[in-house]
Amino acid sequence: MGCVVGTSSSAAPSCSTAPDVLDAPVGQEEVSADRPWLVIVWNDPINLMSYVTFVFQKLFGYSKEKATRLMLDVHEKGKAVVSSGTRERAEMDVFRLHEHGLWATMERQA
Amino acid sequence: MRFRSNHIRRRRDGRYEVRLSDPERQLLKALPSQILDLIASGDPSSNRLFPPAYGAEGDENANAEYRQLTRESLLAHHREALTLLASTADVQDLDAEQAEEWLCALNDARLVLGTRLEVGEDAAPLVPDDPRTPGMAMYHWLTWLQDQLVDAMAAGLPTS
Repeated sequence: MGCVVGTSSSAAPSCSTAPDVLDAPVGQEEVSADRPWLVIVWNDPINLMSYVTFVFQKLFGYSKEKATRLMLDVHEKGKAVVSSGTRERAEMDVFRLHEHGLWATMERQA
Repeated sequence: MRFRSNHIRRRRDGRYEVRLSDPERQLLKALPSQILDLIASGDPSSNRLFPPAYGAEGDENANAEYRQLTRESLLAHHREALTLLASTADVQDLDAEQAEEWLCALNDARLVLGTRLEVGEDAAPLVPDDPRTPGMAMYHWLTWLQDQLVDAMAAGLPTS
């Protein structure tokens, strides 16, 4: 796998298996600060609550409390926004979540 | 509070001690190739490992582009984890990187198996002659094992 533990939500992506996402042309539109891309994790019946919490801590460097709160939002409300930013950043986060088997999508903030 | 029997334990040196029976290790050795076969044959259950990035209402072109960019990397990632699980199923302890691979492989196996078994949020108990019973037993055992590994690895996270 090769993902090292992140230290903050703004840490550089650290997956050794990082694909070409960062370098590839992923869209024409410029990033607009007022409409960031949101990374959403959806509830699913298979991923363990403890595992989802762990993945949020590991990938985003969130505290156990914050990771647990996001996991509970996913579990109880069906989804949670776990990160946001530029399209490239969001796509990288989605990819890292997919590496870990979570059901993640991204969309532009309304 | 659930009973914790600590069959996987994080030691002070950062390695993970694995205490499993021989039959359990045989399962871990055999299972990965079955999951990889399902992926290779394009079994619908393996699609769960390759979700769309832009959601149900997302842009189809963006999803196709994401898939094209990431499919091979994701596939290699899953294959590497599953292969390592099979090849280290009999070791007594794992280093941190191997533990990461085990965690990923166990989750992959549960995602594919659980999708095949149509595991839902409120699982009704199976009747004894339900054909899904053996698969479900395997699924629950993998769930138990993954939970043990998550607990052990969470103990190694920096406390912030």
